Amino acid sequence: MNDTILVSTRKGLFWVGRKNGSWDIEQVDFLGDNVSLTLTDPISGRHFVALDHGHFGVKMHRSTATGWEEIAAPAYPPKPEGLEENDMWGRPLAWSTARIWALQAGGADEPGVIWCGTLPGGLFRSTNHGDSWELIRPLWDHPKRKQWMGGGADLPGIHSILVDPHNSKRVWIAVSTGGIWFTEDSGASWTQRGEGMRAEYVPPELTHDPIAQDVHCLAQCLAVPHRMWVQHHNGIFVSSDEGKTFSEITDVEPSTFGFPVVVHPRDPDTAWFVPEIKDEKRIPRDGRLVVTRTRDGGKSFDTLTEGLPQRHAYDVVYRHALALNATGDRLAFGSTTGGLWVSEDQGDQWSNVTSTLPPIYAVRFV
Amino acid sequence: MAKVVFTPNIQRHVVCPQAEAAGGSVREVLDNAFASHPQVRSYVLDEQAALRRHMTIFVDGRAIRDRVRLSDPVTTSSTVYVFQALSGG
Repeated sequence: MNDTILVSTRKGLFWVGRKNGSWDIEQVDFLGDNVSLTLTDPISGRHFVALDHGHFGVKMHRSTATGWEEIAAPAYPPKPEGLEENDMWGRPLAWSTARIWALQAGGADEPGVIWCGTLPGGLFRSTNHGDSWELIRPLWDHPKRKQWMGGGADLPGIHSILVDPHNSKRVWIAVSTGGIWFTEDSGASWTQRGEGMRAEYVPPELTHDPIAQDVHCLAQCLAVPHRMWVQHHNGIFVSSDEGKTFSEITDVEPSTFGFPVVVHPRDPDTAWFVPEIKDEKRIPRDGRLVVTRTRDGGKSFDTLTEGLPQRHAYDVVYRHALALNATGDRLAFGSTTGGLWVSEDQGDQWSNVTSTLPPIYAVRFV
Repeated sequence: MAKVVFTPNIQRHVVCPQAEAAGGSVREVLDNAFASHPQVRSYVLDEQAALRRHMTIFVDGRAIRDRVRLSDPVTTSSTVYVFQALSGG
């Protein structure tokens, strides 16, 4: 299973397929357009594609029997007259979708439900396969939402959405920057999570404030959902209580900095990362592209290099550009310099599919 | 009625032919032009009905001043050009 990979790039959507044991590009859609993210709804089988047309705004398309159709993109309601809300730079905050940064299907008992996280920080939900979207007002109107800040982008954004596999009303989101937020009533009310994370980029009195945390990616073990892993701006953190508290994992070679994390669907102690020299450089150490893997909950890590370039490689792997398939055996990742690699043995060996794609934003198994 | 011309670059994404539209302001003219091609609206305006950040509109050769309310006047002999601004890359 999972013989197809959807690769979102700066210049199109690439379908990569497996035939006779090897992977190759089989189809290109939206060639020339900025494809930021995809989702395949496991219930309906429909694909969703987020596009960023720059001048013309953010758009969403959905697969049909014969191709694609443009559907509604998440849109903010009118900003109330006279409301003064500025961004962290003191400029008026535009209530307008600047980027689609997270797409997640609802639970198995919620056909048609799609969650969507955006910049400047709005969380949207569709209950009709994306025909229409509703801004989750209790989160948008939460007074603490205004303390969220941009991390890497000028505006804050929701990049991770997790739906509890045992109860679809329970949802976690992660914000860069704004930490982790949790609802147990499908979005009607929200509480901050994420004690124990640490931020070096704020004054000491704010270091451990959960809202100051720049979570780069939040992932959950499907079979053991109380186990969560975080790739954070300042390192790797793991939780065994649904994200209420985290412990820091330190001393991981070559680095604990990076953007993505994926977790094995059945083994909560097994997770993968793609390390970079920390924030001031953001390139692989010594020009060697590696993946790190723990199988024991973070006590030790394997540095996986077989099949990956070990000389003058400066690939950065964004938070949505590392993917794990449903069985937890196949991995794929894509880089800012257009490299795409696949492993069929949990990362022990990698094969290079191509090194000439446009910058890769997201990789997803179908 | 004013003539409304859309940049050819939009045509790759959505159908928006040159149109004749009534109205005394950019807002009125665009609303009438979008009536026959509603999908074009979100390519030119954002959710708050303001001109998208990297779009620009010229009325009779002059860039409009009011990008939020689109109140710049338009006459029946005007030509309204909807372009993308080079600032957007």
